[in-house]
Amino acid sequence: MSATAPTPNPSATEAPQPGAEVLLRALKDQGVEVIFGYPGGAVLPIYDAIFKQNAIRHILVRHEQAAVHAAEGYARSTGRVGVVLVTSGPGATNAVTGLVDALMDSIPVVCLTGQVPTHLIGNDAFQEADTTGITRPATKHNYLVKRPQDLARTVHEAFYVAKSGRPGPVLIDLPKDILIGPAPYAPPPEAPHRSYRPRREPDPASIARAVTMLKAAKRPVVYAGGGVINAGPEAAAALTDFVRRAGIPITNTLMGLGSFPASDPLFLGMLGMHGTVEANLAMHGCDVMLAVGARFDDRVTGRLDAFSPGSRKIHIDIDPSSINKNVPVDLAIVADAGQALAALNAAWLADEARQDRAALGAWWQKIEAWRATKCLAYGQARGEGALIKPQYAIERLRDLAAASGRECFFTTEVGQHQMWAAQFLRFDRPNHWMTSGGLGTMGYGLPAAMGVQIAHPDALVVDVAGEASILMNIQELGTLAQYRLPVKVFILNNEYMGMVRQWQELLHGGRYAESYSAALPDFVRLAESFHGAGMRVTEVDRLDDAIRAMIASDKAFILDVAVDPAENCFPMIPSGAAHDQMILGPGKQEAAPGVSDEGLALV
Amino acid sequence: MPANSDNTMRSATISVLVENEAGVLARVVGLFSGRGYNIESLTVAPVEDGRNRSRINIVTSGTAMVIEQIKAQLDRLVPVHRVADLTQQGPHLAREMALIKVVGRGNDRAEALRLADAFRARVVDATVESFVFEMTGSSDKLDAFVELMRPLGLAEVSRTGVAALARGTRTI
Ligand SMILES: Cc1ncc(C[n+]2csc(CCOP(=O)(O)OP(=O)(O)O)c2C)c(N)n1
Ligand SMILES: [Mg+2]
Repeated sequence: MSATAPTPNPSATEAPQPGAEVLLRALKDQGVEVIFGYPGGAVLPIYDAIFKQNAIRHILVRHEQAAVHAAEGYARSTGRVGVVLVTSGPGATNAVTGLVDALMDSIPVVCLTGQVPTHLIGNDAFQEADTTGITRPATKHNYLVKRPQDLARTVHEAFYVAKSGRPGPVLIDLPKDILIGPAPYAPPPEAPHRSYRPRREPDPASIARAVTMLKAAKRPVVYAGGGVINAGPEAAAALTDFVRRAGIPITNTLMGLGSFPASDPLFLGMLGMHGTVEANLAMHGCDVMLAVGARFDDRVTGRLDAFSPGSRKIHIDIDPSSINKNVPVDLAIVADAGQALAALNAAWLADEARQDRAALGAWWQKIEAWRATKCLAYGQARGEGALIKPQYAIERLRDLAAASGRECFFTTEVGQHQMWAAQFLRFDRPNHWMTSGGLGTMGYGLPAAMGVQIAHPDALVVDVAGEASILMNIQELGTLAQYRLPVKVFILNNEYMGMVRQWQELLHGGRYAESYSAALPDFVRLAESFHGAGMRVTEVDRLDDAIRAMIASDKAFILDVAVDPAENCFPMIPSGAAHDQMILGPGKQEAAPGVSDEGLALV
Repeated sequence: MPANSDNTMRSATISVLVENEAGVLARVVGLFSGRGYNIESLTVAPVEDGRNRSRINIVTSGTAMVIEQIKAQLDRLVPVHRVADLTQQGPHLAREMALIKVVGRGNDRAEALRLADAFRARVVDATVESFVFEMTGSSDKLDAFVELMRPLGLAEVSRTGVAALARGTRTI
């Protein structure tokens, strides 16, 4: 090389390093600080490289599924990409549930899997699985790195794909020879991706049409989902601005909770199968609906042909395939939710037309009448022998957590407790609520809470759990102990798979097949055996003290709350019923609407 | 109500330009099977030298809403460059090739040859008791010819599936 040669590109002149080192360097380029993982033969070179550095922290989970949920909790509470590292074969297959969970809920995750060396692929080698084949429908995209020169580029691309457009999980399968052999390093590319370039900016003409439709509306409603959370806190702020400026009612999906302050009177609560009367009837009776970052999922719409029959619908979504999928809409706006809402605010201000305030006032009167039914009300008896109502336990948890003055994050498992948490916790900010919405994965909450606590070491992180779900990833108590993560597990122990029992009671003649939680462990001693602490509470009057003790504990803590085993979660729109056919619960309604056989066939 | 609430089924010829990388065909096929869409015909081959791209042509059917959904689902696959609905975009050509083996003697054999001539099928192999015809054309035309051969000793058919392009100057 001559002395006058231009400054050499460092990457081009460096001696190639082992693939595992190049991998870690590319991860650092991507700003990765934490990896959730579990070792095995195929990924030992990566563990060796991790051992030799300090920039990236590795959290050793106790099951690969939990690694993915932890990465999801980390991602959802920080807005960053969660990273997972697992071995080939069983390591990869154990991660699949987590990947599908992240896919359904649009959570950005990059999962690195080990693979047998390239020359053994297809030979049924020890711990070989067709990981890219198995995970193709379980990921947003996946890669098998077969050539060293593709390694660094693939890592950068995986992060880009995971977080761009509608986020999701991306998997990179890494044969062991690629990790051991030399590989060239490459920095993150500056050029745009050759084929994947999702549209982010809204079409201004469509935004103008949306303003016209919304200003002329007599009975408008906003229906906002997890896409607003994914678009970042600015998107939630723009949504809040818009809704307050327009003075129109807003409802959230399960995934969208926190995108608009629940304490604001404009908020109607969650909609859908266990949504409030006011939210579902407002959706049913509106004349203009603005859907943002929501996907008209069957838990939200109920019976499709009866869903919001008289409304004109505007749908803002970054994923064109979410638009017109289940419900035909009148105005489609493909864009990032934050950018679209900012444009909507600007166009609203610039537009001279006035809202129909008189009609809006009448609409609010109707809504207030629905709200006055107090559909979430329950009775909590007092004194000796009174059973704790699960709703009451959640309300006490909410208020005492808030009173602690600490930043609070809540995760959940899946079941009735999840729905009560969604109905009663009330979120005023995005990114503080993590639940498995699309897949409904029991076992999500504890590892997700772990990931949240890693990202927010000083925060109060509570997993609202059921006694059945918690056993699905209970081994993670070991991880909590190892890293001294003071996650709180708040079990609403109804001694039943309550949601299953509820369906059996309402739809299957009260035949409670296999839904009783028999042979439960002593949760307090279970926590203690994993070096944590625990308490069981059975009396209403002791509940507050127990919650305070849990919050004050600096350890991982299980609070086992014995709640009324017979309580059901209401309101409920049975599968296949319409929004105006809600079951309100005992004492609130004379007759429950019938469920058709077609409805029974639905999940 | 918007037009896409219409429930009539239509056929669509969709061309997809994809990055020619491992697994891309599996992604497209998996999307169709996983979401329950029909595939009536599918062809794939590299088409742009040096640019590492392949073209996939798919003939499918569904309601207008389903076909829009199929296109949107294809378009969001990471290695997909472009998706074009040739049926919707205007006049287009859709052609496939078939090799058709007919075994027989006597009158049937003579009749098969006469019909092949009328349909402009070429004889690409012949023995004293068999012909292999090669025929290119629309799927309908191929179907019609195959049906005619059935009573005349049709033994085996191999079809390529549809290759399609827009007419005129338009490209994908
Ligand atoms: C992995 C998994 N298996 C099965 C189900 C079906 N399921 C949904 S809720 C539920 C019962 C949950 O019981 P528990 O955790 O005690 O919560 P509860 O409903 O009693 O509050 C079951 C079995 C599921 N969602 N996830
Ligand atoms: Mg339970």
